Amino acid sequence: MSTLKFECETGNYHTFCPISCVAWLYQKISDSFFLVIGTKTCGYFLQNALGVMIFAEPRYAMAELEEGDISAQLHDFDELKRLCLQINKDRNPSVIVWIGTCTTEIIKMDLEGMAPKIEKMIGCAIIVARANGLDYAFTQGEDTVLAAMAHRCPEVTEKTENRLILFGSLPNTVAEQLTRELANQGIKVSGWLPESRYEELPELGPGVYVCGVHPFLSRTATTLMRRRKCQLIGAPFPIGPDGTAAWIEKICQVFNVQPQNLNERQENIWQTLQPYINLIKGKSVFFMGDNLLEISLARFLIRCGMIVYEIGIPYMDKRFQASELNLLEKTCEQMNVPIPHIVEKPDNYNQIQRIRALKPDLVITGLAHSNPLEARGITTKWSVEFTFAQIHGFTNARDILELVTRPLRRNNHLKDLGWSELVLADRRDSGGFNK
Amino acid sequence: MKLAYWMYAGPAHIGTLRVASSFKNVHAIMHAPLGDDYFNVMRSMLERERDFTPVTASIVDRYVLARGSQEKVVENITRKDQEQKPDLIVLTPTCTSSILQEDLQNFIRRAQATTDSDVLLADVNHYRVNEFQAADRTLEQIISFYVKSNGSEIKKTTKPSANILGILTLGFHHQHDCREIYRLLKDLGIQINLIAPEGCSVTDLKKLPEAWINIVPYREIGLMAAKYLEAEFKMPYISITPMGLVDTASWITRICELTNSQIDYLKYIDHQTRFVSQAAWFSRSIDCQNLTGKKALVFGDATHAAAITKILVREMGIHVCCAGTYCQHDGDWFREQVQAFCDQVLITDDHTRVGNMIAELEPAAIFGTQMERHVGKRLDIPCGVISAPIHIQNFPLSYRPFLGYEGTNQIADLVYNSFTLGMEDHLLEIFGGHDVKTVITKNLSTQQDLAWDTSATEELQKIPGFVRNRIKRNTEKFARSKQIDMITVEVMYAAKEALAS
Repeated sequence: MSTLKFECETGNYHTFCPISCVAWLYQKISDSFFLVIGTKTCGYFLQNALGVMIFAEPRYAMAELEEGDISAQLHDFDELKRLCLQINKDRNPSVIVWIGTCTTEIIKMDLEGMAPKIEKMIGCAIIVARANGLDYAFTQGEDTVLAAMAHRCPEVTEKTENRLILFGSLPNTVAEQLTRELANQGIKVSGWLPESRYEELPELGPGVYVCGVHPFLSRTATTLMRRRKCQLIGAPFPIGPDGTAAWIEKICQVFNVQPQNLNERQENIWQTLQPYINLIKGKSVFFMGDNLLEISLARFLIRCGMIVYEIGIPYMDKRFQASELNLLEKTCEQMNVPIPHIVEKPDNYNQIQRIRALKPDLVITGLAHSNPLEARGITTKWSVEFTFAQIHGFTNARDILELVTRPLRRNNHLKDLGWSELVLADRRDSGGFNK
Repeated sequence: MKLAYWMYAGPAHIGTLRVASSFKNVHAIMHAPLGDDYFNVMRSMLERERDFTPVTASIVDRYVLARGSQEKVVENITRKDQEQKPDLIVLTPTCTSSILQEDLQNFIRRAQATTDSDVLLADVNHYRVNEFQAADRTLEQIISFYVKSNGSEIKKTTKPSANILGILTLGFHHQHDCREIYRLLKDLGIQINLIAPEGCSVTDLKKLPEAWINIVPYREIGLMAAKYLEAEFKMPYISITPMGLVDTASWITRICELTNSQIDYLKYIDHQTRFVSQAAWFSRSIDCQNLTGKKALVFGDATHAAAITKILVREMGIHVCCAGTYCQHDGDWFREQVQAFCDQVLITDDHTRVGNMIAELEPAAIFGTQMERHVGKRLDIPCGVISAPIHIQNFPLSYRPFLGYEGTNQIADLVYNSFTLGMEDHLLEIFGGHDVKTVITKNLSTQQDLAWDTSATEELQKIPGFVRNRIKRNTEKFARSKQIDMITVEVMYAAKEALAS
């Protein structure tokens, strides 16, 4: 990995708070309830970020901390017990996941200590995940929840050879697609962390092989290895046909299976992507970085013929992502393009200066910067969409390019109109009342 | 600890950021953990803002937690000063910094030594005030910082003039309302001295006292600043909201009295009311007749909920069964405003209480926030959105003021379109409806322990779709009160009879 260069900036960047993971995890784990123990700030973020979901009687809520909780006038144990009893009565979940936030960290609320006691009293499993903005960014929230959940998986009962458990939350259809993809190679997936029901968590233990599907699951991987004595299969992630093929290949290799028809399968997928590739070939991309999918996406886009200037990323676990970084390097070599800069903990202000200088054809960025960049004639795609869209496996490679090319296709439609820059030279348009 | 799914008013720092980023060339620095800069997303998305939101976070991370912010905040302030040369930097505390109890004021003192910008610490406490109160206080704080009376003579403008206080970013139809007020004042021969904070430069704030009067269109934000200016410079202010024909008239009257207007404003009001605005004519037209006595529920911020209640009752003859607000800190004012116009007043920030109230009262239409719109969807009751919290569709591109005479037209349209159209309603009643859908349970209550026997279910099917759910709910309500578990046809009839009496 000698040629890869890693930089680290100030960490002044925009991303979602990791508590946002409840949005997709409560949908995935259908018998769960997520209780975010935090302040109005957390609640306001969730309610705005999750938009209409909030109206669909979601299985999550805030335990909103008030002044009495902060100054310890109220007893947190009694308070949490009261709320959990109520949740248990109203919703009857199989598990309540407590999401610890910045505030519970700062006031040092002993969630891990209280959970087992309350669990016993109310008879419902309680899991604690510290998905706070002090330590983590956006998708890492899922990592903290899955790492906590890994402790709750039952121990393997019977020793079977080549037991494979996949970890990472995916919509059920995508999980099914990947399971089938491996079944085609004669590899049986014995379970997923998480399954669609908490009660069906897979068995773990020594000798069990585990493999991740998301690049942001390094804590979960560590927990599975160190605490559950599982064996980790380090592979690139199944994002894009190249990633998926490499992922399957690596798993096959571990299980001593000769992959069948894998290259044909990959080739066929590339064929179907051709119309999209024609649109993006030779175009440049800049990842501002906010969800840790950046390395895998960049690697796929380079393979599609794009040039990546910069890969911003909140946090880079070089060990967990080793195979992915390796594939990135190889892909650059194969496509004969320079290896992009990888910028950890980026500084958005500096990045915008670089974007101004480089004028990339596409900037993949958070919603805070999209509209302002578009107004300056710089095409953007919101990174959040990659988190919520189905992007894994062969079947969904098309969806990634559908997202990436959308702004470019929009540009093609509007290209002759001539109004691509829409800001006044002089700062902001005040509406014309105050001069 | 409070179990909460939804909140009407945001946390305090949102209020401060709304005020700071509305000013021109003011930068806010939040002392907050990663991810708390969600305000930037809201501004960029909801307002479709073309410019970068002038808000950055001085990130509180594990490292800061261990050793304090020390140089970090000061460095961030200094850096922003050099990068963007703002006139003012507002250091904004969040819930996190509230508990960390770092001496932010001291950071500011230190930063001031090395910056050209002015630096202020927003005086808001996360645990004591909400978004609106914080915005109100921050606006007052910034204004008082720049207009401190220095004893010298204040020159009033030669012609009558006014400041408009409280127009800001992410406000409900603020931009449109501002244009409408501007137009009205122009008609009355009153100059606009300054609009604050939207688009205003802080260096211009010292000109505020030159205006003859201050106008505060919305109760929630601007009142503190107006009171400060009154105390400091004896500037009179008007806090009437010019929403609806009656209140617009009293607003104009008051302004003209305060400015000793030579214009025949009574004639102006009369002409606007009868011929420019369509609302007065609309309430006389036969369409609006069909709305007479229809039941509506109103919920929103204090300003909008009070004004809409009065418009519905006074200007359209609609029956408001409940008027409510989530501005609990202003509950007394609200109660006094609407008491005479509605059956009951609801002051709460618990959305389930509002939802249950709607389910119980079953109004023909709701006027509320996005939350009430969704409650309405579930209960099949139409809803017009009249107040924040709001979604992107409530930031329309077209001209949609709620204030002034054009505002009365917009409100009349909104009200009219929210109710089932008069003639349609009539036809449905005569012909028994055109809905052949089967029954779907739409009940907010979690109690589902009531069973319907076969004949009762069949009976229910015979009832036209558009009233079926209401009858189902009424029957179940009745059954519960009588502690009946099995609903038979007899129970249905009994419920109907009980309701009729």
